[in-house]
Amino acid sequence: MTTPNLNAERIKKSLEKGKRFDGRKLEEFRDITIEYDVSKKAEGSVKVKIGNTEVVVGIKMDVSAPYPDSLDKGNLIVSAELLPLSSQRFESGPPRIEAIELGRVIDRGIRESKFIKFDKLCIEPGEKVWTVFVDIYSINDDGNLLDAAGIGAVAALKAARIPKYDKEAGKVLYGELTKEKLPLEKDIPIVITSHKIGNKVIVDPTREEEDISETRLTIGSSNGNISSIQKGDSSALTIEETLNMIDLIEMVEREVFKKIEKFLK
Amino acid sequence: MEFKRPDGRKPDEFRKIKALVGIIPNADGSAMFQTGDTIAIAAVYGPKKMHPQHQQNPEKGTLRCNYNMLSFSVSERIKPGPSRRSQEISKITEWALEPSLMLDKYPNAVIDVFIHILQADAGTRCAGINAASIALAHAGIPMKGLVSSISVGKLDKTIVVDLTKSEEDWEEGEGATDIPISMTDDGKITHMQLDGNISTKQLKEAIELARKSCKKIYEVQKKALKETIKEE
Repeated sequence: MTTPNLNAERIKKSLEKGKRFDGRKLEEFRDITIEYDVSKKAEGSVKVKIGNTEVVVGIKMDVSAPYPDSLDKGNLIVSAELLPLSSQRFESGPPRIEAIELGRVIDRGIRESKFIKFDKLCIEPGEKVWTVFVDIYSINDDGNLLDAAGIGAVAALKAARIPKYDKEAGKVLYGELTKEKLPLEKDIPIVITSHKIGNKVIVDPTREEEDISETRLTIGSSNGNISSIQKGDSSALTIEETLNMIDLIEMVEREVFKKIEKFLK
Repeated sequence: MEFKRPDGRKPDEFRKIKALVGIIPNADGSAMFQTGDTIAIAAVYGPKKMHPQHQQNPEKGTLRCNYNMLSFSVSERIKPGPSRRSQEISKITEWALEPSLMLDKYPNAVIDVFIHILQADAGTRCAGINAASIALAHAGIPMKGLVSSISVGKLDKTIVVDLTKSEEDWEEGEGATDIPISMTDDGKITHMQLDGNISTKQLKEAIELARKSCKKIYEVQKKALKETIKEE
């Protein structure tokens, strides 16, 4: 289920002239929309669309013992599933490397930016802390699930409300959400991926464009500060190409922020 | 106040580096790479016919890497077997090494690379990639060159090379930023990751330090390979 060679050649030729099939500029994103409350049972949930690409992200919370190396801090667990429902190329079964990598890249994008104030998610040091689960599911794959997942994770975290916790019974009262939001920093981390195709660099690829991407650089940043990077796929980049991609993403981050700002809670 | 690293190294100074070739007689190629207290061993088996058959690629051979930390390689025992982290690093390692290999010479075949971390003090993926690249050359796989890997980073405001675990956990000032990078010997980046917080300007400085550092690693790898030729 990859892009046929004939299409691939035409996309490449067109890119050489600086043109994309859908008429976008190389560094231009498709329209982004965010809808809230796709699941009432979640502490926070969103549906993010970038063009025809769609993901849903839900937040669940639970109280458990802290990890031994962070006794007074809450935890974050991000996982992603690429559902067979969203594309013929995904199969049922345990998560494969694509889903594992996606979850881990988004995890680092959020964690390393220090977006969540984990020390405020401690209930009793050494005994009880909140764990925040961010679960990502693909609904329709038309390329760039990664950036969609990143936007979804941030939007869902911002929308989430902490459930009631019965200290005496040691039980989380799911369904009874407090008015309290998650302790988050003001600057939001955005994860943007750029792709190298031939000698051109594009962002927000469609499925066909993503198929012919030679290598990608995913950068998580907030307010101009970079906090995570992942180079994916096995084509080498010259240092100059790498630096150009870093500069490009700095600019694109601002564009994407403008597109999603009005949706954020 | 002048910045000081916990072990007294200069910002651009490595830990003690050691590379050995041919440590596993059964393997087609093998190597050990050590930096300070981080030790990685790698063995190459193949090229051999890919099984199951449906995974065969008629256009080029497949590089299959497997990164694993031994359960006793860190202070708190890790559960044996693959984890999400180890699976991701295995993939990253494949991506880092593939551009250096001429896999089109081996259609339908697979080259297996097994990497195990005996002892971990940060930089294990880089040590693994360094060991694997030497082991691939030792196995006689046709290559365009070696891949060298190093972790650069930022402690508070200072750009440094080859971080230890205690440096990765640095909390003073701006904290620690860890940037593992792998490069071919002609200076192309085949792998880059980053965790932390850094400005674009300092990231560019860090990449430049990585470029210089990978050259030094390359010399160590090359020397280790040359020594085996003398013996044989």
